[in-house]
Amino acid sequence: MLPLENVVLCRESQVSTLMALFGERHHFSFPSIFIYGHTASGKTYVMETLLKTSELPHVIVNCVECFTSRILLEHILNQLNCLNSSKDECTSYIACDSFNDFVRLFKKVTQDQGVDDQTVYIVLDKAEYLREMEANLLPAFLRLQELTNRNVTVIFLSQIVWEKFRPNTGCFEPFIMYFPDYSIGHLQKILSHDHPPEYSADFYAAYINILLGVFYTVCRDLKELRHLAALNFSKYCEPVVKGEANERDTRKLWRNIEPHLKKAMHTVYLREISSSQWEKLQHDDTEMGQLKGLSAHAHVELPYYSKFILIAAYLASYNPTRTDKRFFLKHHGKIKKASLMKKPEKTSNHLLGPKPFPLDRLLAILYSIVDSRVAPTANIFSQITSLVKLQLLTLVGHDDQLDGPKYKCTVSLDFVRAIARTVNFDIIKYLYDFL
Amino acid sequence: MQWETLFLRSQFDLMTSNQKYLSPQTSYRNFLSLLLLYPHLKAQGCFVFKPDFKRKKVSFPIADYFNEGKSLSEDSKLRFDTCQLLWQQMKSEAEELQEELNKNLFDNLIEFLGKSHLEFQKKSTNWNYQIKSREIPTAAIVLGVNVTDHDLTFKGLTEMLKDTVTPYVVSLQAKECPDVKHLLQKLASQLMGCVDIESTEEEYVQSSQRKMHYSMAFLSTWYRSITKKTGSESVNKKVTSSQWKESPPIVIILEDIESFSTKVLQDFIIISSQHLHELPIVLVFGIATSPIIIHRLLPQAVSSLCIELLQSLSCKEHLAKLLDKLLLTTRFPFKLNEKALQVLTNIFLYHDFSVQNFIKGLQLAVLEHFYSQPLSILCCDLPEAKRRIYSLSEDQCESIRRLPSFMRYVEKQIPEKQVALLTHERFLKEETLRFLEELHIYHENFFLVLRCFHAFVSSLPKYPLGRQIRELYCACLEKNIWESQEYEPILQLLRMLAKDELIAVLQKCVEVFKSSPGKQLGSMAEKLQEFLAQFQSLDETESNEEENGSGSQQKGFQKTDLYHLQKSLLEMKELRSSNKKQTKFEVHRDRVVDLIDNLVRKFLSPPDTQTLYEVVYFTGAHMLREHLNAAPRIALHTALNNPYHYLKNQALKSEDDSIPNVAPDICIAYKLHLECSRLINLVDWSEAFATVVTAAEETDPNSTASEEIKEIIHARFIRAVSELELLGFIKPTKQKTDHVARLTWGGC
Repeated sequence: MLPLENVVLCRESQVSTLMALFGERHHFSFPSIFIYGHTASGKTYVMETLLKTSELPHVIVNCVECFTSRILLEHILNQLNCLNSSKDECTSYIACDSFNDFVRLFKKVTQDQGVDDQTVYIVLDKAEYLREMEANLLPAFLRLQELTNRNVTVIFLSQIVWEKFRPNTGCFEPFIMYFPDYSIGHLQKILSHDHPPEYSADFYAAYINILLGVFYTVCRDLKELRHLAALNFSKYCEPVVKGEANERDTRKLWRNIEPHLKKAMHTVYLREISSSQWEKLQHDDTEMGQLKGLSAHAHVELPYYSKFILIAAYLASYNPTRTDKRFFLKHHGKIKKASLMKKPEKTSNHLLGPKPFPLDRLLAILYSIVDSRVAPTANIFSQITSLVKLQLLTLVGHDDQLDGPKYKCTVSLDFVRAIARTVNFDIIKYLYDFL
Repeated sequence: MQWETLFLRSQFDLMTSNQKYLSPQTSYRNFLSLLLLYPHLKAQGCFVFKPDFKRKKVSFPIADYFNEGKSLSEDSKLRFDTCQLLWQQMKSEAEELQEELNKNLFDNLIEFLGKSHLEFQKKSTNWNYQIKSREIPTAAIVLGVNVTDHDLTFKGLTEMLKDTVTPYVVSLQAKECPDVKHLLQKLASQLMGCVDIESTEEEYVQSSQRKMHYSMAFLSTWYRSITKKTGSESVNKKVTSSQWKESPPIVIILEDIESFSTKVLQDFIIISSQHLHELPIVLVFGIATSPIIIHRLLPQAVSSLCIELLQSLSCKEHLAKLLDKLLLTTRFPFKLNEKALQVLTNIFLYHDFSVQNFIKGLQLAVLEHFYSQPLSILCCDLPEAKRRIYSLSEDQCESIRRLPSFMRYVEKQIPEKQVALLTHERFLKEETLRFLEELHIYHENFFLVLRCFHAFVSSLPKYPLGRQIRELYCACLEKNIWESQEYEPILQLLRMLAKDELIAVLQKCVEVFKSSPGKQLGSMAEKLQEFLAQFQSLDETESNEEENGSGSQQKGFQKTDLYHLQKSLLEMKELRSSNKKQTKFEVHRDRVVDLIDNLVRKFLSPPDTQTLYEVVYFTGAHMLREHLNAAPRIALHTALNNPYHYLKNQALKSEDDSIPNVAPDICIAYKLHLECSRLINLVDWSEAFATVVTAAEETDPNSTASEEIKEIIHARFIRAVSELELLGFIKPTKQKTDHVARLTWGGC
């Protein structure tokens, strides 16, 4: 096993604090430790490697997987039960219904496994999910040491600060630890650490340097950066493989990789195309336009009346009700200029977002914007429901409100303009905001 | 939705057919209950609603329904069988087409699956793989908004995957998965069901199922045990490819990604990516709108997906191919007339984009044709029809004679022949046979020429007769196409086609004619090929000519004097305009266009010019519209305003606007309320109601019995009003006491 410092980089101070807290194997440690920090700041990784390398008895549970408290508790107990034996050996399954049982069973299991004389660590990853489970769970875990009367430490890992966890009724305060974000130097060091075996560390470090120079301003997520590094590396070493440049020829390599990195800039975080497709793209050296990402396919083909329903919904969502008369009535009388001028600083409805509207208003607008006569057939009504299912409209209020349902239009202006263009409808002319 | 309305309609039909045995009051009760059903219909979505097939079957055999109330019961069975047979053929053709169209998509998907877990199988320690190991391979299939069709696609997909790739295919729908717990439960139960578990396995699963609540960890132990077991003996013999034998991927199909809630999906993806090194999961998203929805649904978790986009065929193309296979062919004798076809395509284009619904509509048309048209017995393939003609009964001959198209034909004949046709049964049968044969040949030629003409028309700018062949077909069905406004301009445009365009079109036409050897048009292919050859040979000769022309021009430009230059230019211009001698190409082009013009005039006459066209053409467009594009509000209004329309009770038949007092109470109340303004005074209304109800009965107002009657009438009125409230026509209001508010417009 490698010494800890070689596998856990840039987290020396945190590791030493933790080690100090843990103490010797048989020492009682702090009952509960709360660790928080941004995503990809090494919380889980540090805990895992620390516990593994020091061979402490521990259980790591990811709370996302445990959607009921029962699964969570059973998970912990069963993992503890298999602590000393390999996976296939332990066949007996422990069932546990409540926290009360858990405390009892926990004592039994630790005794069975012969770990009752040393500290047992329970790591709850993604601890924010605990808040949605039963109210007693979090306080109970916080003082598990006291409840079980055993040498146990519960470690919570979360992206959220402790203040958001604290229950109203008060609880035992855990030891709180913060994992700060990695600095650029840290990132450089960590990313360069896992260089591919066929290239030298220096060569890879130079590559990471370039990569960080491009992406650091927009993305500091280690996971994302690793992904980008893996994606683009083959392109970077292409000249070397071909023999056009040697590993030290940084300038040449830079010139080669720069346009590709710029392309990749557009899709940071989005993962618009799969890595295999990306590699293919790199390989073929084709234009970006040929293989479009997800967002290039924004166009949705809709039936004729659905288009108009959507347009009508958009108008109903973004126009105030009182203006309907002047947009859709033939003889709406004179538009009073004074009233228009009165409130020049009115807030744009597009900034405020869509407003709910009743079904009747939608239908009234629909009938007036479609040129031909529309019969209120069942198909029209079902199309509205269909649009709701497709998430182009949303139903406001409850599902079962049959009497006068209200809707909101959730599509963007660009989308609805594209739709309106296909049916030769000038939607801008009908929007109050653009008068 | 359509089935719902059909169901309703059939109920109405049942009711009305039994009318003579029912008193107006009982039938009224049924009638009202059906009206109350209507609001529920609109709660469903049309391109998202999947019909419940269990309810479809009516308890008595449909064949009996066919001969109901008809005297010609002996042939109704035959008609029904013909109908069934024809529909089976059409249906299997449609299914074949669907399979063929899906094939491309499926192949792409299989290829993607093959790539997706390569590393997992090799247990590779490749550097690149280690970095990427947390990515779940995901195929996003864009299927279009016609959600009703997706069901079939996914069914086909699941079967195909189970046959060729992996037994572990799970398909999930959003409505089954309100939270992660249910999702995992559904997932696990489907996965376990996928494998034929032997008894020992089953016990193990059974015992742990109850305790475990299905967590992902449980699934991964299950997967380990199942692959270990099958690794040696290879349980699935169907899976042929060796690639997937070791560790078959688990394919999870999320059919309607739009309806999944963000939280469920995100949690599920996080969980799966945790277990990816134990479970080779592949996700398949069915997307109805656009792939952007993935970003909207999954703001964070998306970075642990490795998405590949696949596109299925657009539903419009699907429809075009379907029409090509089912209607624009002589394979099936059944045809739709222009109006009926318009109704079906309009429902498709305006409302739902659903090919399945289109097929359902077509099925309805077939059924209705055979049901309502007694001569549809001849609507089968030619040899069979020949046999049937000779066994026609007297009645059937009579109905042939009554056909408008036949009468038109008779009128044109000489008197002796007229008499023979109208009296001589044998002669009539022979003639009928001839007509049917002619009809068949007419269709053969019609479709060839139609395709050929479409090749020409679709190459024109702005598509004067529509881009799709179905639009042209509709135009041809409607009237003589050469009499339409667009026809002349089309010919003029055709006379201006460039050579390469013309050649391309001609080549298409040659293929059309070659594809089916018609009797009269057999020589057309050769004729067109001749033209083609001429055009191609023109290439060389013309280029020579051009060279000559340019040579002479250069001579003209030799003088550099400005005056002379202008003069010579003018001369040349005049020369060109006066000397409008056509080039050889233009001559040939005109000949081609004339040929096409002749073909169109000769063969593209609308079907109603053909004698006996009624036998194969379905004309009930109105009925289709009524059934497929149901208008609940209008139906409700008709039912309440004119109860005779549905109840068919003679007593209810009313001239003008008077209200018969035997009408159902709700109808009387409804009619009276139509005359009111926005607020209705209940007392006045009740008085009016009582007046109408007692109108016919001349009773003595002072007798004690009338008190009782009055109370009964009052009760009836209250019931009618509350029924109207239930149907949403009125509601109580707080503006005025003793008043109710009208919720509909109209009236005064």
